[in-house]
Amino acid sequence: MNPAIRTPLLFGFVAVLMIGTGIVQGWNSALLILNMGLISAIMALGVNLQWGFAGLFNIGVMGFVALGGLAAVLVASPPTPGAWQAGGWNILIGLVLGAATVVGAVLAQSRMQKGRLRTITTLAILIVGFVVYRAVFDPGVNAVEAINPSVSGHLGGLNLPILLSWPVGGLLAAGAAWIIGKTALGLRSDYLAIATLGIAEIIIAVLKNEDWLSRGVKNVIGLPRPVPFEIELQQDPAFVERALSFGMNPVTASGIYTKLAYAGLFVIVLLILLWMAEKALNSPWGRMMRAIRDNETAARAMGKDVTARHLQIFILGSAICGIAGAMMTTLDGQLTPGSYQPLRFTFLVWVMVIVGGSGNNWGAVLGGLLIWWLWVQVEPMGLALMQLLSSGLTDGSALQTRMVDAAAHMRLLTMGVLMLIVLRFSPRGLIPER
Amino acid sequence: MTNAYQDSRGNKDRSITNPAGQGSEMPRNKSGKVTAAPSTAFLIGEAMTGGYGKGPDILHDCTIAVDPGEIAVIVGPNGAGKSTAMKAVFGMLNVHSGRVLLDGEDITALTPQDRVVKGMGFVPQTSNIFTSMTVEENLEMGAFIRRDDFRDTMAQIYDLFPILKEKRYQAAGELSGGQRQQVAVGRALMTKPKVLMLDEPTAGVSPIVMDELFDRIIEVARTGIPILMVEQNARQALEIADKAYVLVQGRNAHTGTGKELLANPEVRRSFLGG
Amino acid sequence: MDFLNAIVVLANFVIVPGLAYGAQLALGALGVTLIYGILRFSNFAHGDTMAFGTAITILGTNALLALGITFGPLPTALLALPIGIAGTCLLLLGTDWLVYKFYRVKKAAPVILVIVSMGVMFVMNGIVRFIIGVGDVNFADGERFVVTARGFRDATGLAEGLAIRTTQVITVVVALIAMALLFWFLNKTRTGKSMRAFSDNEDLALLSGINPDWVVKVTWMIVAALATTAGVLYGLDKSFKAFTYFQLLLPIFAAAIVGGLGNPLGAIAGGFVIAFSEVTVTYAWRRVVAYLVPEDMAPDGLLQLMSTDYKFAVSFAILIVVLLFKPTGLFKGQSV
Repeated sequence: MNPAIRTPLLFGFVAVLMIGTGIVQGWNSALLILNMGLISAIMALGVNLQWGFAGLFNIGVMGFVALGGLAAVLVASPPTPGAWQAGGWNILIGLVLGAATVVGAVLAQSRMQKGRLRTITTLAILIVGFVVYRAVFDPGVNAVEAINPSVSGHLGGLNLPILLSWPVGGLLAAGAAWIIGKTALGLRSDYLAIATLGIAEIIIAVLKNEDWLSRGVKNVIGLPRPVPFEIELQQDPAFVERALSFGMNPVTASGIYTKLAYAGLFVIVLLILLWMAEKALNSPWGRMMRAIRDNETAARAMGKDVTARHLQIFILGSAICGIAGAMMTTLDGQLTPGSYQPLRFTFLVWVMVIVGGSGNNWGAVLGGLLIWWLWVQVEPMGLALMQLLSSGLTDGSALQTRMVDAAAHMRLLTMGVLMLIVLRFSPRGLIPER
Repeated sequence: MTNAYQDSRGNKDRSITNPAGQGSEMPRNKSGKVTAAPSTAFLIGEAMTGGYGKGPDILHDCTIAVDPGEIAVIVGPNGAGKSTAMKAVFGMLNVHSGRVLLDGEDITALTPQDRVVKGMGFVPQTSNIFTSMTVEENLEMGAFIRRDDFRDTMAQIYDLFPILKEKRYQAAGELSGGQRQQVAVGRALMTKPKVLMLDEPTAGVSPIVMDELFDRIIEVARTGIPILMVEQNARQALEIADKAYVLVQGRNAHTGTGKELLANPEVRRSFLGG
Repeated sequence: MDFLNAIVVLANFVIVPGLAYGAQLALGALGVTLIYGILRFSNFAHGDTMAFGTAITILGTNALLALGITFGPLPTALLALPIGIAGTCLLLLGTDWLVYKFYRVKKAAPVILVIVSMGVMFVMNGIVRFIIGVGDVNFADGERFVVTARGFRDATGLAEGLAIRTTQVITVVVALIAMALLFWFLNKTRTGKSMRAFSDNEDLALLSGINPDWVVKVTWMIVAALATTAGVLYGLDKSFKAFTYFQLLLPIFAAAIVGGLGNPLGAIAGGFVIAFSEVTVTYAWRRVVAYLVPEDMAPDGLLQLMSTDYKFAVSFAILIVVLLFKPTGLFKGQSV
């Protein structure tokens, strides 16, 4: 089918799904799905940039998304009173010392002549540096974590508007991507995939365990919001009046209003990123990226610095994932490090890109929206299916309970089957690359 | 790109994909039928026209033949289709007109694997040994299709190439260029082939090693196996050839005995540098 | 005496657990490395394959226990292991027939197979949850200890005890047997050699008359056996939880890569390297040091380099360090 018809048709289909959800399950649920769908679409856009346009295999999406979430906490949450005086500076100085140690060791490795002296110096720098770092860092951490641990026990943030955290999330992710890319793409052979897999796990481990930073598994809740709270709207007579004039329950209306506000913000970000991605890819830079992807040897022979270009696009893609992560934490209003799981935040995004169409930005957006809708809806659909299938069985029989329980696991199965079907019968995805 | 499944997007990530040793050249389709066909030579590729995959034709009406006790060589300038002609005889590319006959049978429809079973031994130009396996294991793999006791054959090969016996437990990848070629030829001989085909056996070895390899090849021919060989070093090859084909742009340009072609002024002028 | 005590503490908390964990990782990494060598891609579904094999083994164990069959002092799961292996064999061969074969015929790029294995991972993950749910399952029975801490103290008169659990001994013994069988198979049998040949040079292997379909089938069967064994041993030693098995993917990949992908010997070495670095870096060394230094110098802190929650970070750091110095891993890759 002509892509000019196919693309609007598929987006129309997604719109029908969303509207159908609104009619059947209520507009609040539909908007909830739409909002996460928009964020997923942005993540898919980031991964598509890396895989679709440069063939870079990033399986650490989760880590970049989580860094974005951390940015939301660091930027927007109020600083914990007394935390900086108690140990914040110690932590900061400790981290600087730790970084200095690593830099020192790297410098010793690169600047000194090969030999036993170099090895000993490097080891000495590392050991002394580590001891000093722990000596400065640990008291700070203990002091900060001791401050009212049941509600805070972390440094807190800068109390700035949370919208600011979106670009900051992108920057944090970009920084991490730079370090990973510098190491993994610089090795003689390319080891990016395992590096991203590893770093994502490390980032999550840090968020889970460094309570002074992110409160760990105790979660940071009550982050400020860029849109009004539902309860404020419900107490606003003007809003209630307007809701009633539309014939809506003010409680429902307040929910829809805030979700629509979020959706508006997300759509703006998505459109900006989509526009930038499309522009970039039709620019000389984008053509060069594709030239490198399709024939690296020829591109090298033409004097293109392939590694630097790969690093560039890897950082850009990761930054987009970071922005999406900050947006997600903003939407949730909380950071819950325990909830980051690779299946949900890395591999599901890959399903979105593959199903949508690798190498096509519109495909990635479509995949994000469609797959997220499916991810949410498979469970109730599976449950309904199982109840229908087991309706002939006696109520409460072992088999029936088992079947109804199993519906909860339909999600993963469906995602896998869908991905395999698309890979086999439409390997270029729903909206193929032009 | 025509095959979306082969689009790797330039990904070369070694932590997830393994490019080493991946097969590319061998076709994996099924064999067709073999029919009896009287022929003038033991092995003959008759009026072959064809090319790789859906690409343009490289061979045009090209004929190559070899008989028992003979060494037949294919020589010609770069890009003349020498290796292609040999691969056509071995079934590695599409021959859409012409046929290949072996020992009175039409084997045009057979895959390379089945041609090996029929008695063709083939030594590719590159990647012709299992580098991570020992010399002896290489020979064993050569005899993979044989279900009988192949120790005699292995002993014969060790007699033919004494250096291989000495290094039998060493990884083949650790050997020198000339020794590796001996392993490659030895591996192909393990099936007791009715005909041996060598694709540029002396590529990339020093002149001294080259002379030694030629001596070995003559010895193999003396055991009665017909040898079909592609050679870059035209003069030396013609000197040992009983029959020689000069190909130019995928066509037979000159055919004769090695001596005849060496004496042919046109061949001398164009290929042998005077 | 203090020195001996230090050694016992070390053995109890570092050496014995490290050996067991290393053996489990090594078996897992062997499966990954075989697929990498022969099918030429990293199989993301490997963790879930291990989980599937373990789940089937647990069902088998339960069935045996229901029949009143036990393995005496040894865990019943060992008796059920063949059932698990057979089930996993069927699963993998079925997956290959249904999914992977198509791409081989199409001569798909290996990276496409990596993505395909992601899809398979989702499906297998779902299947395992269907079969056994998401909860923790403890299926170790029989004698808990070979050597108890108290028994060791009484026997040796040392202040410190050394406890060796049955599952740890079984892990090491079974892993050694499995590895020996694998190496015998790869180096001494016709099929095993043909697998190595196929991994080394596919075109030449085809030319030699090696049947690629058979090589692939045998590979999946061996992988099924290795993955199930690794999974069951890990489950016996710790406990079974679908999500944990999925997370084992990182240390297993790290082990395979550190050792040199495609090299079975490397996979084993890599497994122990990763396991021991995880254990030593996250172990609190205070008690060991306390025995070794004069009393007044005994340390106040735990002397723990990193909290145990960072064990993945350790696998990864080791991986990077090895790759920086030896880009092809400890053993050169590709020689299954």
